Amino acid sequence: MSTRVKVCAALGLAVIVAGVAVATDQGKKPSHSLPEAKDGNLVVGLCDGETALEVPGVKEGETLTQEQAQQVSDALMAEWRRKNPDTHWDEELQLAQASASSGAKGVKKAIERGEGPTEVQSGHVYKQFSERDEKIWQASIDQFIQEGNRIFHDAQALGGTISVSCDMCHPDASNTHPETYPKYQVQLGRVALLRDMINWCIENPVRGKPLPDDDEKIKALEAYILAQRKGVALEYGKH
Amino acid sequence: MSRGHKSVETKYLEERAEFFTGLKQLSRRSFIKLAGISAGLAAAKGLTTPVSFQLINVAAAQDHPPESGSQDQSFNFAYISDTHLYDRTVNDRFVRAILKAVDDVNALDPPPDFVLFGGDLAQLGQQKELDLGKEILKSLKAPVKMMVGEHDWFLDMGEHWQALFGQPQYSFDHKGVHFVTLMSVQEKDFWTARGMTSMQRMQTVAGLDNGTQSRFEVGEEGRTWLKQDLAQVDQKAPLVIFSHSPLYKYYRPWNFWTEDADEVQTILQPFAHVTVIHGHTHQLLTNRIGNIHFHGMLSTAWPWPYAPMGLPTLTVQMNRADPFDQFDGCGDGQEQVLESGLVDKLYNLWDRNPMTVRASYVASSGTKHAPPATLFASY
Repeated sequence: MSTRVKVCAALGLAVIVAGVAVATDQGKKPSHSLPEAKDGNLVVGLCDGETALEVPGVKEGETLTQEQAQQVSDALMAEWRRKNPDTHWDEELQLAQASASSGAKGVKKAIERGEGPTEVQSGHVYKQFSERDEKIWQASIDQFIQEGNRIFHDAQALGGTISVSCDMCHPDASNTHPETYPKYQVQLGRVALLRDMINWCIENPVRGKPLPDDDEKIKALEAYILAQRKGVALEYGKH
Repeated sequence: MSRGHKSVETKYLEERAEFFTGLKQLSRRSFIKLAGISAGLAAAKGLTTPVSFQLINVAAAQDHPPESGSQDQSFNFAYISDTHLYDRTVNDRFVRAILKAVDDVNALDPPPDFVLFGGDLAQLGQQKELDLGKEILKSLKAPVKMMVGEHDWFLDMGEHWQALFGQPQYSFDHKGVHFVTLMSVQEKDFWTARGMTSMQRMQTVAGLDNGTQSRFEVGEEGRTWLKQDLAQVDQKAPLVIFSHSPLYKYYRPWNFWTEDADEVQTILQPFAHVTVIHGHTHQLLTNRIGNIHFHGMLSTAWPWPYAPMGLPTLTVQMNRADPFDQFDGCGDGQEQVLESGLVDKLYNLWDRNPMTVRASYVASSGTKHAPPATLFASY
């Protein structure tokens, strides 16, 4: 087994960059083959899958000190910034570090200020998480929805054969009423879910092939359509 | 079966009974008219039972006299709008739809004085699309008045459209009515700064729900032209304006909107009888601002849902379309220009009963002659 290591220069970046690949590219795991160093020096790769750095004076198999590791990280990040001058991920990090005013964190803050309840229940289903985690999760959801938005507007991505896309009849996903499913779909003669109707549209007006239920595209389309109806009361079965 | 369920047979027999009851109430003149048009229209509409008796409503509606005087000097014109053609090899669906509309209009008896084409002949403004549209419209028997839409314009900024059809802005007089066709889909330059190709610009404009493009406008030049054109016109004479976008502010995010609508309305206000017929919105749409009546046109290609806000209160929504029926919510139509100078608007909704929005409904601010109520509103 190779002793060459790959590190992610900044954890936040790692999550954000990796998140971009959601939806359609899953299944193709990125691989990053690192170049061999001449003198057996340690080679460290960045999680962009391209950038690599040789660490002089440290051989493969040796451990970096924390200080050395930080230097390597900084150098890799500097290289990444040089290659990606127009990517303003800093703003997302700042957003992620902003203070939350609601949810579990909001309650804790209120307690700290002496405004909330004196006692809260202990224990978390998924252990401790920070405001930053919550922001990153939100960013991941937004990306997934955005991917659905893209497919919704793209006849080719839908697999359509006559250049018809969803938005042509449903701007902003209007009149898709996801809150009314499941319902008895009279025209089909059976109970249908939202995804059945998405697939019906893909097959008929769009003239493409219906997507498998576990296809990342149909999941993203559902996410986008549902996101447009946030706050609307669930009224399954409504006609 | 649940209570209230009616079988196809029951519905058929009920409609049959209704047909014969209605028939007794018709005058002889209407009946002959009905007999004459029903064969052609029914064939053009591809009707199947149980809706085959719907034409009674059309003929009966024509029995209502207009508000003032007789209809003798009134006339009809037809419209086809928003056909959104791709090249024939890319998409045959929309081609079939425009052909259906052409058949409808050619089957009208009496024939229309002319046919308004309401804009968006092409989907992406490409030469093949516009050429195909021109070729198909050639088979219309009545003369055609062309209007331009944004889908025709923003690939080459109207070059090919103008080569085929001439100036997008013009006026003409017909039987005492002054008609004006406006170019209302100008947009301020959003593409240069973004470094867009002409196809990227076209595709941006073609999307309804993207905020990148500018809002439609007649523009200062267009408004100046309109003022000059109307300077020669008697303010008591009836005026009918064609515009692709609605000449009022309905829903900005979808460009169901004309940015300088207020300024254009100010130019039209001095005239006693003004009707604006517009395309773009692909739905039954009725509005009135001051003395100006507004009517939207149907598309042959697909219906748009009603926007989440801004719907004019006079609009009686057409029922939500059935996605399983390609032609539902689509159609063509006619305008009956009354002697009063106002317009009864007939929506020929394919595979449904036609609906008429009468001038008296709009003029009375909705207190008289309301169109049939909506059963299935937009979500």
